[in-house]
Amino acid sequence: MIARADFAAIARWVEPNAKVLDLGCGDGTLLKYLKEARNAHGYGIEIADANILACVEKNVNVIQMDLEAGLSGFEPQSFDFVILSQTLQAMRNIELVVKEILRVGRQGIVTIPNFGYWRRRIQIIGGRMPVSKDLPYQWYDTPNIHLCTFVDFEAFCRDQGVRILERHVMCDGDDVSLLPNLLGNLAVYRFEKA
Amino acid sequence: MHTQTNSVGIVTPQTAHFDTPIILKSGATLDSYDLVYETYGTLNADKSNAILVCHALSGHHHVAGYHSEQEKRPGWWDNMIGPGKPVDTERFFVIGLNNLGGCHGSTGPSSPDPKTGKPYGKAFPFVTVEDWVETQARLADRLGIESFAAVMGGSLGGMQALSWTILHPQRVRHALVIASAPGLTAQNIAFNDVARQAILTDPDFHGGDFYAYGVVPRRGLRLARMLGHITYLSDDVMGEKFGRILKNDVFQFGYGVEFEVESYLRYQGDKFADSFDANTYLLMTKALDYFDPTHHHRVGLSSAMSPAQADFLVISFTSDWRFAPGRSREIVKALLDNDRRVSYAEITAAHGHDAFLMPDPHYHALVRAYMNNAAKGLGI
Repeated sequence: MIARADFAAIARWVEPNAKVLDLGCGDGTLLKYLKEARNAHGYGIEIADANILACVEKNVNVIQMDLEAGLSGFEPQSFDFVILSQTLQAMRNIELVVKEILRVGRQGIVTIPNFGYWRRRIQIIGGRMPVSKDLPYQWYDTPNIHLCTFVDFEAFCRDQGVRILERHVMCDGDDVSLLPNLLGNLAVYRFEKA
Repeated sequence: MHTQTNSVGIVTPQTAHFDTPIILKSGATLDSYDLVYETYGTLNADKSNAILVCHALSGHHHVAGYHSEQEKRPGWWDNMIGPGKPVDTERFFVIGLNNLGGCHGSTGPSSPDPKTGKPYGKAFPFVTVEDWVETQARLADRLGIESFAAVMGGSLGGMQALSWTILHPQRVRHALVIASAPGLTAQNIAFNDVARQAILTDPDFHGGDFYAYGVVPRRGLRLARMLGHITYLSDDVMGEKFGRILKNDVFQFGYGVEFEVESYLRYQGDKFADSFDANTYLLMTKALDYFDPTHHHRVGLSSAMSPAQADFLVISFTSDWRFAPGRSREIVKALLDNDRRVSYAEITAAHGHDAFLMPDPHYHALVRAYMNNAAKGLGI
């Protein structure tokens, strides 16, 4: 059983025996899954004490540090994949983190929620900020300070010299191929330096 | 009174005598020496469950439990080691020893020199972290331990754990390096030198041969310990503990004890001066200053640590300014560069460097979780 919809998609892209760095790795579930499914090895980065303990309990390597400060301590191109699963939208300096992902990793894998998802659009038209199961916060307590649509993210990648290699769009765990920016609420991107 | 279910209970130190001369890093040779040690738990049949606990500047072999029913305080890391504790003596066989040059039973400057029958004093050679690792390895040989499940320590003890992984990579499965550093900073060496100068300039020091005069350089030792103590605590915790509280309500306009903090420091200084050997203090601070795995290689820490094979748990404490988190991160960086398995935690703690001896629940939960997995991995 995989805890999050994007984990299986990420695991499909991670090559066997790959070296991965999971930014904002939470309780280490993804890294443990990647080790079991792909024999991947590597490290997670986390800031929260409870998550550090959860990772150590799972026998997942974890480094306690603040991602917002960049990835100093990690050598250029020292990982096959640098993963950022549903964390990007909560970060202050998106440009820095994407730059750091591609400095340290050969490829980046990023999961983002889609603010252009139709249900959210309807909530906005109704005059309220969107609140849903996948983005459950109110406007005043949300950690998600940098929400965007898929179209926004892809434009950002073009501007930053980031080449998107693959995109997997989902809605509540099911694959979406039609009108992704309208019907998808989550996407996983795999990318490299253009 | 000392039979709590989570205590190792009453323990008896043992002494191992070594007759094979050891050539120390300084070039000096010791023909024979004793190491005093304690063990807790039971060594399993394949001798795979042994843990070596390395002590810091003023530590010793009495790590856990009590020497007698009368002893008021348990060993110095009793909150960490015992049955059901983070380092569980129901599963692991734990060894604590007093390092060579110490003053708690192992051969040191206050021990009689077999050549003269008098204390070594200034004739006792300098010892380094690497020398300690060598003597610890000999003790392991004596006990039939080929490989340690873990070598662990805080501060100077963490340096020994680190050194073990470099010098004997095949003999360490896990290293727990806590509140430590890959080498002292200039500021840190400076503190040590002030402490040493306090001892060296005490008229009762007699060039290190004070034993013959029936005196102890108490004033120097006391000052050294008072200075050390200030640096082991944080400004915040001192403020919280003592603030500007006066022993009496009014200023005395004198140099006696007025502030609570003065009372505390003088008490700590006196207690230490009564129990610790001045020459050992000098030796231990020099061992701290000399420790630098990169020194002999003229390479970076990552290269110096490339022989290490162990898995690591590295822990620092936010308010520790003597062995600051940044120093632990240097160790972590070197391990990352070598693709070693490592987890690193920065514990939010108010107690400064001393935090590594405190029973912080998160800190202890981390060590417990790490050791659980270590035990599983080793089939213990």
